[in-house]
Amino acid sequence: MNLSRRQIMILLPAAAIAWKHVLAGTPESSPNYKMTEHWWSMLIDIPKCIGCGNCVRACQAENDVPDGYFRTWVERYHVTDWNMTNPEVISPDGGKEGFPSTADDSGKYFFVPKMCNHCADSPCTQVCPVGATFISPDGVVLVDQKYCLGCAYCVQACPYGCRYIHPEKRVADKCTLCYHRITQGLTTACCEACPTGARQLVDLKNPNDPIHEFLKTHAVQVLKPQMATGAKVFYNELDGSVR
Amino acid sequence: MNGFEGFMYPNEIGLQWSVLIVLYPFITGLVAGAFILASLERVFRVEAVKPTYRLALLTALAFLLVAPLPLQLHLGHPERSPEMYFTPHSTSAMAMFGYVYLWYLMAVLVLEIWLDYRREIVLQSESAPRMTRWIYKIMTLGSTNIGKRSLAIDERVGYIVTLIGIPSAFLLHGYVGFIFGSIKANPWWSSPLMPVVFIFSAMVSGIAAVMLLYMVTTRLRGLVIDMRCVDTIAMYLFYIFIIDFSLEMLDLIHRIYEADESFRSLNFMVHTQLYFSHIVVQICIGTLVPIVLLGLTQVVKLPEAVRRRIYAVAGSLTLIGIFAMRWNVVIGGQLFSKSFLGYTTYKMALVTKEGLLVAIVLTLLPLGFLAVLVKLLPPWPAKSQVETLEATPVA
Repeated sequence: MNLSRRQIMILLPAAAIAWKHVLAGTPESSPNYKMTEHWWSMLIDIPKCIGCGNCVRACQAENDVPDGYFRTWVERYHVTDWNMTNPEVISPDGGKEGFPSTADDSGKYFFVPKMCNHCADSPCTQVCPVGATFISPDGVVLVDQKYCLGCAYCVQACPYGCRYIHPEKRVADKCTLCYHRITQGLTTACCEACPTGARQLVDLKNPNDPIHEFLKTHAVQVLKPQMATGAKVFYNELDGSVR
Repeated sequence: MNGFEGFMYPNEIGLQWSVLIVLYPFITGLVAGAFILASLERVFRVEAVKPTYRLALLTALAFLLVAPLPLQLHLGHPERSPEMYFTPHSTSAMAMFGYVYLWYLMAVLVLEIWLDYRREIVLQSESAPRMTRWIYKIMTLGSTNIGKRSLAIDERVGYIVTLIGIPSAFLLHGYVGFIFGSIKANPWWSSPLMPVVFIFSAMVSGIAAVMLLYMVTTRLRGLVIDMRCVDTIAMYLFYIFIIDFSLEMLDLIHRIYEADESFRSLNFMVHTQLYFSHIVVQICIGTLVPIVLLGLTQVVKLPEAVRRRIYAVAGSLTLIGIFAMRWNVVIGGQLFSKSFLGYTTYKMALVTKEGLLVAIVLTLLPLGFLAVLVKLLPPWPAKSQVETLEATPVA
């Protein structure tokens, strides 16, 4: 094959890009999984959460989350009377080992599990300078850790405090909605470990998913709706004091 | 582990951006401000500031060369930073950095300096000692024609480059402000005024820095400070400082009056953890005192020696104040929880990658670069020429 110098100059960058793809490897395949047929999210039923911390422990074990960082955590709110702007909130070690018993009987107590909201218009995705964080066609916000610079701009941009810089990998890390599991037809580790069914993985594109009936019949809200992030973690009976 | 009070989301307790990210807007601000000062002479024909023209350009270059270093050191994977050039994410404000930086460095600063110094570079490439001659030879880039017509073209092109450079300087620093101002998750940062405040504070810091550098280098060279020059610079500094302060106060008053859901949290922070750096250093010592001092020189006829001292004090306090402003923006914006229910602390390490020692080195490094640049491309006429000029009786 005779190639002119001009043709080689054109082919070289193309070859370099192709080689980069070869080095990046092939993603884990899930033969029967079609991304475009799903739009994943999560339903959190606040009255059902008992603050046991099973979900936090399951997440840490499943995803090798480093100590002191959280892909999911549980907060306990204590709201007295009408003072909704100043609730007393605790989350000792992310609620991993449960919570201390309540000392004050006044007001109300409830638990709020938190995690990445897999926003449809996620600010973290918007600000990433290299596009290492992205939303997959099935609605999961993910991080390509082989590409992330570790600049932490996404951590700053997340209104919910769901991201952190992994201390060893030095890249952004967050909830993947157990992508490696849900693409294999399983549920997330946190949902599986929840003893009361307070967390439910839902597929908004699946017409048979009970979420549709639930959304029709319950008062459901997302966190910080004023941020207009298109958050997809739905909370049943979310109290107005929750931040 | 950082100490904290109240409730923080568990991933928020440690700060993501350290003192190095404070340095970054401080340094780019000096670059933009120094360049605007240089353009006063070149574009707006303010002849009085001519003695600082070249010094301002070299100062801008010295600081611009260091500007990316704090960012590089901060990155978890600095080796991947070229990806910002190759695969920039179109919706990211930060992705613009590489292009704005390169544009400003190569298309504006280096080009303008090269055009302005081309005659000297060519002469030096012929007459400098053998050791340094090759450096000048490379710097000529093969363009050795210094005929009258050729130099006239240099002058014309240089003027156009400066003209382009002014909006570029605004872009360079305005976009740094946008990086913070566009984060809706953080009410301390999220403000459309942020880029404008950054631009004016950049002008203030750059002008103050060049004024101080001019006064110090003139003293070191044993020459007399051109008071007409520093008086004019101080006048511009004063007026731009008033605009800058007004904008910052507008932002503050707006926040206080609007008092949205974040106000109570931010207000508490300003009165506690940020009290010293914000109220005392930034607003009182770093803004009000220099404005009053500079204002004094505008309304009262003071002796030269007093004015010189006032300019030295006001210039130094200005730099401290602007550094405090950067600190309060970057560090202050991370001290409160996005839940508005708690506060964390920032403890600066001493000898780590993002510690105090590295920050000090990075602050001093531009001065080292400037010393080399001044040696290579002297921004002022040789001392013998100055003496000759001074000795020549005015006709």
